Amino acid sequence: MRPPSPSIPEKEFLFSALKESLRLDGRLPLEIRTPTFKFGEELGWVECSLGKTRVLAQVDGKMVKPQPERPFEGTITIVSEISPMASTEYEIGRPSDEEVTITRMLDKVLRRSDAVDKESLCVLAGQRVWHISLTLHFLADAGNLLDCACLAGIVALKHFRRPDIEVIGDEVTVHEPTERAPVPLAIHHTPFCFTFAFFPDATTPPVVDPSHLEQRLSAGLVSIALNAQKEICVLQKLGGVPLGTDDILRLVDVAVGKAKEMHNLVEAQLREDWAGRKVEVR
Amino acid sequence: MSVVLPGNHVPAQHVNLKLGPGLQQLTTAGPSRIDSTVIATRAGELRHSTNRSKWWIESNSRRYVPAPQEAVIGVVTQRIGEGYRVDIGSAHPASLDGLAFEGATKRNKPNLKVGCVVYARVSLAHKDMEPELECFDAQTRKGEGFGELKGGFIVRCGLKMCRDLLDPNHYLLPLLGGRFPHESAVGLNGRVWVSAKEIKETIAMVRCIEAADPDGGGLDAQGVKSFLETLDV
Repeated sequence: MRPPSPSIPEKEFLFSALKESLRLDGRLPLEIRTPTFKFGEELGWVECSLGKTRVLAQVDGKMVKPQPERPFEGTITIVSEISPMASTEYEIGRPSDEEVTITRMLDKVLRRSDAVDKESLCVLAGQRVWHISLTLHFLADAGNLLDCACLAGIVALKHFRRPDIEVIGDEVTVHEPTERAPVPLAIHHTPFCFTFAFFPDATTPPVVDPSHLEQRLSAGLVSIALNAQKEICVLQKLGGVPLGTDDILRLVDVAVGKAKEMHNLVEAQLREDWAGRKVEVR
Repeated sequence: MSVVLPGNHVPAQHVNLKLGPGLQQLTTAGPSRIDSTVIATRAGELRHSTNRSKWWIESNSRRYVPAPQEAVIGVVTQRIGEGYRVDIGSAHPASLDGLAFEGATKRNKPNLKVGCVVYARVSLAHKDMEPELECFDAQTRKGEGFGELKGGFIVRCGLKMCRDLLDPNHYLLPLLGGRFPHESAVGLNGRVWVSAKEIKETIAMVRCIEAADPDGGGLDAQGVKSFLETLDV
C-alpha cells in the first residue's frame, strides 16, 4: 500500500527548516548518521543500522560448476527483495520503483564494480568455482535504505571467510574451519554509497543521508558510490532537478571525505570483531 | 502488578464492571446458567481502579486500533462528496463528515484540502465498519480545540508515549513549556502535533518527544532535561 503523501504542515515545516539548514534529527545538512554494525556468530552475518534504518546482510559460499563461457571465474549473486517488514509501502511480488533502484544499484556497486576478485574464486578451471551469494534482509526503513544496504553488503563480504581448500591434481579437499583457518575473500576495493537529496526550492542546500520524510519530499536524489581511494564506481541521479557540473563536483568532494571516514570506521569495526573471536590453533 | 498474556483469565468481578482496552468478556450459555469469564486479548500489565470496577491492560504498541471517544490526529487523504477520508494510522481510513464541525451548516462549513491535518474525536469505531470522526465535543457540541491544525509539525511516537503525554502529571510538556511558549495536540493514535514560534524550538520539541519515547530513545526525566540543555533553545 502506498502511504498517503506527507501532510501540508509537515511539508511546509521541513522546507522552512531546511532553508535555515536545520534538520529534524539535529544533524547538519552534510552529516550522515553514524552507522552501527552488529556481527553475528557466523562469518558473513552483519546487521547494519543507520539510525532506525536496518538491513541485515548474510554471505554464503558454495562450490558449483562455472558458466561455460567463463571457466576461470566464480559467481556472485545478490538477493535483495524488500519485504513488507521494512515498511508497509513495499509489497511482495510487486517491486516498487524504489526496490528496482536499490536492486540495480546494489548490482552496480557490489558486483559490477569488481569489488570482489572473481578469478580468485576459481578452484579448478572449468569444473569447480565458488559461488558467493549475498542475501539482504531489509528490516526497517527510516530513510536511505540504499546506502544502508550497500554498506551492509560490502561489510558482510569483507567479514565473510570461506573454508580453505587444497587441490592436488583433480582432487579437491575442503578443510573444515576447525582444521584450517578459513580465508577471507580477495577484495580489490571497498565502495561506499552516499545519497544526497535535493529539494524543489533551489536555494535549499542539499542534504546527505536523507531521512524518510526528507526522501519523500525531495525533488531529486543523487547517489555516488566510491571508495576511499577516490575512485567513483557509480554516479546516479534520479528526479528532475537540474544540476551544474560545479554542484556535482562539490557533492563528489563531500563524498570523498565521507568515504575516507567510513573506510576507517568499517576497518576498525571489523578488526575489533575479529580480535573478539577466539581462534584456537592446534 | 501482574502481567497477562492473550488468553489468560482475568479475575475481574464487580456488579458494575467496566472493561477497558485489551480485555474481553466471553459468555457461554450453559443448560442452567450463563457463565461469563473475562480474558485478556493482548499482553501487558493488568491494572484496575481502586474500587475494582474498572479493569484494563497497560501495554505499548505501534499499531493504533480506533476506540470510541479517543482524540486522534489525522491527515485528509481524499474528499468524498460532502465529507473527507482521513488517515489516522489505523488499518482502515476513517471518514469525517463535512458537517461534523462546530457551528457547521449546509451553507457554512470548513473547506479542508487534501493533506490538511485535523484533530478529531473518534465517534464510531465498530469492528466491521469504517471508523468515523467528529470535530466537536460530544456533550457540549463545541469545538474544544478540535478542528484543523495549521502549521507546526507532527511527531510520530509509540502509543504508550502519547498516553503518557496526556497525563497532567507527566514532566515533559511542562518542562518544555518552562523554556518557550508552545502549542501541542496529543492524538491517541501515536501522533503528536507540536508548534512553537521558532523553528528550532519546534525541532527541540520533536527531538525531546522522540528521546522520551520508550519505543525510541527511552530517556527518563533527568535524561531529557540534560538532553534539552544540549539543544541550544
